[in-house]
Amino acid sequence: MATLARLQARSSTVGNQYYFRNSVVDPFRKKENDAAVKIQSWFRGCQVRAYIRHLNRIVTIIQKWWRSFLGRKQYQLTVQIQRRWRGYRVRKYLFNYYYLKEYLKVVSETNDAIRKALEEFAEMKEREEKKANLEREEKKRDYQARKMHYLLSTKQIPGIYNSPFRKEPDPWELQLQKAKPLTHRRPKVKQKDSTSLTDWLACTSTRSFPRSEILPPINRKQCQGPFRDITEVLEQRYRPLEPTLRVAEPIDELKLAREELRREEWLQNVNDNMFLPFSSYHKNEKYIPSMHLSSKYGPVSYKEQFRSENPKKWICNKETSTAEAK
Amino acid sequence: MSQRQVLQVFEQYQKARTQFVQMVAELATRPQNIETLQNAGVMSLLRTLLLDVVPTIQQTAALALGRLANYNDDLAEAVVKCDILPQLVYSLAEQNRFYKKAAAFVLRAVGKHSPQLAQAIVDCGALDTLVICLEDFDPGVKEAAAWALRYIARHNAELSQAVVDAGAVPLLVLCIQEPEIALKRIAASALSDIAKHSPELAQTVVDAGAVAHLAQMILNPDAKLKHQILSALSQVSKHSVDLAEMVVEAEIFPVVLTCLKDKDEYVKKNASTLIREIAKHTPELSQLVVNAGGVAAVIDCIGSCKGNTRLPGIMMLGYVAAHSENLAMAVIISKGVPQLSVCLSEEPEDHIKAAAAWALGQIGRHTPEHARAVAVTNTLPVLLSLYMSTESSEDLQVKVLFPWIFRYTSAEGGQLSTT
Repeated sequence: MATLARLQARSSTVGNQYYFRNSVVDPFRKKENDAAVKIQSWFRGCQVRAYIRHLNRIVTIIQKWWRSFLGRKQYQLTVQIQRRWRGYRVRKYLFNYYYLKEYLKVVSETNDAIRKALEEFAEMKEREEKKANLEREEKKRDYQARKMHYLLSTKQIPGIYNSPFRKEPDPWELQLQKAKPLTHRRPKVKQKDSTSLTDWLACTSTRSFPRSEILPPINRKQCQGPFRDITEVLEQRYRPLEPTLRVAEPIDELKLAREELRREEWLQNVNDNMFLPFSSYHKNEKYIPSMHLSSKYGPVSYKEQFRSENPKKWICNKETSTAEAK
Repeated sequence: MSQRQVLQVFEQYQKARTQFVQMVAELATRPQNIETLQNAGVMSLLRTLLLDVVPTIQQTAALALGRLANYNDDLAEAVVKCDILPQLVYSLAEQNRFYKKAAAFVLRAVGKHSPQLAQAIVDCGALDTLVICLEDFDPGVKEAAAWALRYIARHNAELSQAVVDAGAVPLLVLCIQEPEIALKRIAASALSDIAKHSPELAQTVVDAGAVAHLAQMILNPDAKLKHQILSALSQVSKHSVDLAEMVVEAEIFPVVLTCLKDKDEYVKKNASTLIREIAKHTPELSQLVVNAGGVAAVIDCIGSCKGNTRLPGIMMLGYVAAHSENLAMAVIISKGVPQLSVCLSEEPEDHIKAAAAWALGQIGRHTPEHARAVAVTNTLPVLLSLYMSTESSEDLQVKVLFPWIFRYTSAEGGQLSTT
């Protein structure tokens, strides 16, 4: 009886407790269920993958064997064809004794032809070289004859190649007769440096007397006549120059002054490039019309504003202008 | 007046500088002065004069530097150490043609001594400016730039690759077509030095269309130009079968055979080198050479030369005979064997004798017929004496020994016993 009473007292809470315990367990159950599902799915995946790998390997082996079989069949076929062809070729060309003889004969004939052609070529080259040498000799002799033209014999005096004791003149004589005399070589005009005033001053101030390398002969006769005192002469010769202002300035002073000016102006330049007014930089600019032209509304003509016209009332077609009226 | 005096001071200084640099340039032409110049510290003085205001002084200073660097590699290293190269390269791009020629001369003089110096030149960016100089109008500038590039590319494959990467090859091919002979020579030698290192570089040269132009110029009468062209073609064709076929397709046969009859020794040597490089790859190419009559021409050429110029011709006969027995027979009927035995007995040098022995071995090894043809000319006693003599080198003895002992004892035994 007591237990019954206890149980009855607890009956209300039992329902609650039962519900409570079940509900608490629920998330754990769910979690565990999910975990189990995951593990199982992973494992099944591994199984399937292993199975597929296994299948792949087997398929590879099968394909390998099949392809090698096919290849060997092909190889045998091609080898048969090549064998037949090589046998034919060798029998027809290589081992054929008569063919070989023919070939060697042709080769030796070609060799002979080539040898002959090369000999001709070498001979031709020799001939050309000899000709060139001869021409060079000829030119040299000609030049020599022109240089020695003065040795030609005249009517009065026989030249050295035309000795009177010889029966006929030396061949050089004839060469000299044919040759034209050489003209004097014009001396090369050297660009003389412009002598400025300072050079002249320098040459006078250091007492530079133009001296020749050889001394005058000893027993030269003394020149006659009264001479000035040598010191006076030297004084006059080496008198220092006192140029006027006009002479002291260089002859191209204007040009030098212009250069100076230009240099000074150049110092003040910011930019070295010349200003070009008509550069094509301006060609690419778009034309921006003025306000008058860019508006929608054109200029108002004065005539409309101030005059009303009625052409029907006009007497004649032409308009008169006051300027034309005489 | 005072302004004029001030200007006079400047003029004097300029005159002094000009005179100094011209005298140094003249002194640098004689080898005995260069030591003294170096000890007097001329390098730093010339370096400052390179930056001078007056263009003539700059050019003469560059010329003097070039002559000094040309003399030996210590001076060239000194040029590199004094940081002169970047300044040269920088002003090379801007200045007039005389300066460009002088600066390219300096780069050439520095680059020719060793790969390290050439690498230093490449590192300071000179290749791009040199390639720009190759596009200049003046042929003298082009020649100087091409020469510098040639000396840089000569050393090894990496430097050649650097030159090719700078885009020099198409411009060199254009230079070859110019009318000046000196420029053609230098451009051909530059292409030859680029192509000689590896098959890829040779392929680059061929892709730029050089082979057709080179083949056209074989007919040019100038001997030095022919020498360079033949060298370029042989460097291209030596690497692989495709390249050799491309050279043959440019229709060099039978024109090349006329070069074998040239007076100049180097032209003959390079022509036989070219034929050798073509014939050595495959039997078909050797067949082509034989069909064009090349064997007879080469045998005549061997007969007319002496010494090292014979060597490529001898090797060519060996290669041709090695490919197949028909070709060996072709060599025999072209009267190659007497000529080779003459070479064997005449030549004083060991390597030429070794080559002749090897060639005879290649001819004789195919069949008993071939062996008999060789034995008939009485070369075997000569070979034996060479083998026995104590003076001949290892290489010669080996080359003499193997082909003969193995083949001939198995072949006409009777023939051998009679000789």
